[in-house]
Amino acid sequence: MTAGGGRKDVALRHRLAERGIDRTLWLLLPGVAFLVVLFCYPFAYGLGLSFQPKEGGGPFANYRTFFSDPYLRETVWITLRLAVPAALINVLASVPVAFRTRGRFRGRRTVTTLLVIPVTLGTVLTAEGLLGYLGPAGWFNKALLEIGLIDQPLELVHNYWGVLASLLITGFPFAYLLTLSYLTGIDPSLEQAAATLGAGWWQRFRTITLPLLTPGLAITFCLTFVLAYSVFPSAQLVGDPRGSTHVISIEAYDAAFKQFDYSLGSAIAMIMALVMLAVVALVLVWRSTFYRGATGGKG
Amino acid sequence: MARIDSLALDGVTRRFGAHAALSDLNLEIAGGEFIALLGPSGCGKSTALNCLAGLLPLTSGSIRLDGHRIDHLPPERRGFGMVFQNYALFPHLTVRANIGFGLKMAGVPKADAATRVERALDLVHLTDQARKRPGQLSGGQQQRVAIARAVVLEPRLVLMDEPLSNLDAKLRLEMRTEIRRLHQSLGLTTVYVTHDQEEALSLADRLVLLKDGRVQQTGTGEDVYLHPANRYVASFMGYRNMLTLPVLDADREQAVLAVGGERLTGRNRGSVGAGQRATAALRPEDITVTTAPGGLRAAVEVVEYHGREMVVQGRLKDGQEVHFTTPERLAPGDDVRLTAPEHRVLVFAEGPS
Repeated sequence: MTAGGGRKDVALRHRLAERGIDRTLWLLLPGVAFLVVLFCYPFAYGLGLSFQPKEGGGPFANYRTFFSDPYLRETVWITLRLAVPAALINVLASVPVAFRTRGRFRGRRTVTTLLVIPVTLGTVLTAEGLLGYLGPAGWFNKALLEIGLIDQPLELVHNYWGVLASLLITGFPFAYLLTLSYLTGIDPSLEQAAATLGAGWWQRFRTITLPLLTPGLAITFCLTFVLAYSVFPSAQLVGDPRGSTHVISIEAYDAAFKQFDYSLGSAIAMIMALVMLAVVALVLVWRSTFYRGATGGKG
Repeated sequence: MARIDSLALDGVTRRFGAHAALSDLNLEIAGGEFIALLGPSGCGKSTALNCLAGLLPLTSGSIRLDGHRIDHLPPERRGFGMVFQNYALFPHLTVRANIGFGLKMAGVPKADAATRVERALDLVHLTDQARKRPGQLSGGQQQRVAIARAVVLEPRLVLMDEPLSNLDAKLRLEMRTEIRRLHQSLGLTTVYVTHDQEEALSLADRLVLLKDGRVQQTGTGEDVYLHPANRYVASFMGYRNMLTLPVLDADREQAVLAVGGERLTGRNRGSVGAGQRATAALRPEDITVTTAPGGLRAAVEVVEYHGREMVVQGRLKDGQEVHFTTPERLAPGDDVRLTAPEHRVLVFAEGPS
């Protein structure tokens, strides 16, 4: 390129910049295309498909089928009953653990690695482990029987508790990592300042750390909730897929791949997405009532 | 105001692993005093302040307030106010809530707390900004909030950790005066940490100079400025010329040093003897350019214009750099003769201070 061409190029960039256009952002195009092809298009296609029921009966027939059948309708609540407690417990449990592990201490890396390892296991391996450990003939029940605490094995798998345990094991590392990063973003001198002003540890936590952490915890809750709401393998493997853990994704799978009614399957997937969106929206509205600016001490 | 009688630090030591950040600090602070802990970064001044605040436990030693040991108390039970270097204002609270935080923690009745907060706001001229969050304020305003928040509790002791270091030069001067004014009008006892000797001299009743965790000298500004205890203190207090020279003759009072073929006479501060090498410490502003015979010959190398006077870097006949100020218009390459009054030339023993 000649020198003159270079100058013209700079001038063009300045003119574009003055109108708020940054040409570098065009580099995002492949990513956007990817998103459109792999997410937006299938989503729109599924939405369209859900309004074209296999058996006819108008565009809303699938949705009518779902909400008129108590067995299907119930799945929304069954899944919420699993996902909301799982997300809440994960978030609440991650706070004290993150608190304890935020500073520098010997073996910090080992501890955080151990805490995060369950992410790498995958749900199937976790389910297998739970069956072996919490099952009627598992170590846990055996140990309780041996020391005489119980005289009948506890039913901890193939029901609600098995799935909840699985969701906690796989969801906690996510919640912990997110909470830890939000917590370490809060300047420790804020708590020190509160201490010099006479606040004890509980007052410091309640009046300074918690309000600054809450927006982060809300995001953490949303992400772990969405993960938990789409629970599928563990509901099958360690749950009671026809009863107490008859979650919504099972019904979507059955409709699409057992009855080959893609249209009904799509409709159930759309309902699932709507429920998740509603919960996330609710949490985000609540989050917006908190201070969400910088937490670095200088304000 | 709960005025203290005395605060006594006795052998206060803080180690991090094998590294001693602060060694054997002994200091007696009287009520109403303004003390500056002065030194470069890493000298232990902030460690000392954090130990006082209770944010760092001591490795050994004790801190007594009016005779009672307080070094085992957590920060929230010491009742000291602290101003942090980054201000550490609570970003989610308004200016008013920031200032009122300590009163709320202390359980002061609401009406009483409100009037005290208003008074503190007035004191730092921030009444108009009371509803804003810290993020909406300028650096100087944030700084004043931090001070108001620390003093509204009428603490027995106020600790300040380089509170002016994040401000621009003009604001720093204004806030310096403000801090001194508050100290006097509220009758506070203040411990102030800084690396700026000018700040320390202008604010403090007494200065404590630290290096590598050890106290080098404790004294009034005048003491430290005119009678630095060693080479290190001298160089920190503005003795920019540190000339290493052989000693020709010395007694208890005086030392005569050789500069090339010329002589420099100064006060013997390091009990140096003839035949040794010594360091002569000299402030640039104590050197005058003379036309009379005698004095040290120097060649002018760099001339900086500073308004009323020039700051000049020259080279002595023995090759050492010399800095001096003069109202005369000098130019690089000029040859000059320099003299300094004998009592302004401090002679210390050579080697690590």
